[in-house]
Amino acid sequence: MCLAVPGKVVAIDDSTDPLTGLIDFGGVQKQACLEYVPDVRVGEYVIVHVGFALQRLDEESALASLKLFEELGLLEEEFGDAWAQAAKEAGTP
Amino acid sequence: MKYIDEFNDPSLARRLLDEIRATATRPWALMEVCGGQTHSIIRHGIDQLLPDEVELIHGPGCPVCVTPLDVIDKALEIAARPGVIFCSFGDMLRVPGTDRDLFRVKGEGGDVRVVYSPLDALELARRNPDRDVVFFAIGFETTAPANAMAVHQARRLGLTNFSLLVSHVRVPPAIEAIMTAPACRVQGFLAAGHVCSVMGTAEYPELAERHGVPIVVTGFEPLDILEGIRRAVRQLERGEHRVENAYARAVRENGNPAAVRMIEEVFEVTDRNWRGIGRIPSSGWRLTDAFRAYDAEHRFDVTGIRTEEPAECRSGEVLQGLIKPTECAAFGTTCTPRTPLGATMVSSEGACAAYYLYRRMNDTPTPQAARAAREEMNPVA
Repeated sequence: MCLAVPGKVVAIDDSTDPLTGLIDFGGVQKQACLEYVPDVRVGEYVIVHVGFALQRLDEESALASLKLFEELGLLEEEFGDAWAQAAKEAGTP
Repeated sequence: MKYIDEFNDPSLARRLLDEIRATATRPWALMEVCGGQTHSIIRHGIDQLLPDEVELIHGPGCPVCVTPLDVIDKALEIAARPGVIFCSFGDMLRVPGTDRDLFRVKGEGGDVRVVYSPLDALELARRNPDRDVVFFAIGFETTAPANAMAVHQARRLGLTNFSLLVSHVRVPPAIEAIMTAPACRVQGFLAAGHVCSVMGTAEYPELAERHGVPIVVTGFEPLDILEGIRRAVRQLERGEHRVENAYARAVRENGNPAAVRMIEEVFEVTDRNWRGIGRIPSSGWRLTDAFRAYDAEHRFDVTGIRTEEPAECRSGEVLQGLIKPTECAAFGTTCTPRTPLGATMVSSEGACAAYYLYRRMNDTPTPQAARAAREEMNPVA
């Protein structure tokens, strides 16, 4: 139940109190309370838990993490011990 | 699905695993705090992919599992009363009380409803003015903003037939309790990402400093978890103990101030019992005096509760990370998702249920057996 899932804001209903919007979770759409992310805009992603958007997802941070993961190991390949690397790939300790 | 698929990429997972392998030179024991992380780790077999040096200890972060037995028994008693509509999240239905569960109360005629959100319970109260609607408000900091909003709205709408049975718990005092336990082996923490999405990270530097443990705020997808582990191991190898945020896309340092304001308006800090663990000072929230009229414990006079845990259940030790589920003699024999002895076998975030669902299949490799195990996890569905 503590699961919170990312979804895309597809509509915001300004007339509701508390503020409500329609969130798309990869095809499944559900209403969620947007009161805690009042300045969120349609098209942005939020983390939703038990019907409440708790936080907006920051695209820049997401891309930065993925870029970091991409680069992991590259430095080792570039400057590391080629013999150790070859032995590791061959499965010998 | 954006923000999920990218963080499941197998080739990037291999890079992270290689990096962890290259970093870890000595044995390290890390605890993932949140049950959602435990579920993800066991489901993806992350613990089995890690080098031998890195051990994951599963923490007490399953809200269903730590809700104390006397509160469950109170819930069962209230739910059985005529005139009450008792609303709960679905994964509380089969959590064993002393002699029954909510599922059975419903079978015996109690009006028990499963809701997705506390606002659904509020709507039931609005539509049924002649009934007493009680919402079972359990959960960590992640769930508190939702429950706080429900009771705040109830007061605003002047609803007098709505109340909460509150059993809210907080993560930082649990970390404190784990670190001061005599048998503690934990050397670093993966902090619960969504708890920090709400609360921010301000409560953690002091804990990291005082106990000399790295605390890495960690997400829930496989790459998130591997990145949390990588950063924690890197700190440990360097002799550091800082708070790091490895889940920056969903966690800001100050959390969600609007949500925190609502929590602080509706709830106040209190001591709480954790099932299987015991009393932890300042580890929970209860309604403030201003909202006492919405407190089900005050509204319903529930006395004469006598709790009794099954002797063979070792879920307390599982919750404290002292044993793995498979070390309990009842695991998979007298205790299964169909006949759970402890709450850790019920919730999908409970370590016992995760091991039962994903590890037992190592011994039962046929698709039929896997399907049967899955169906057993969801007997209500």
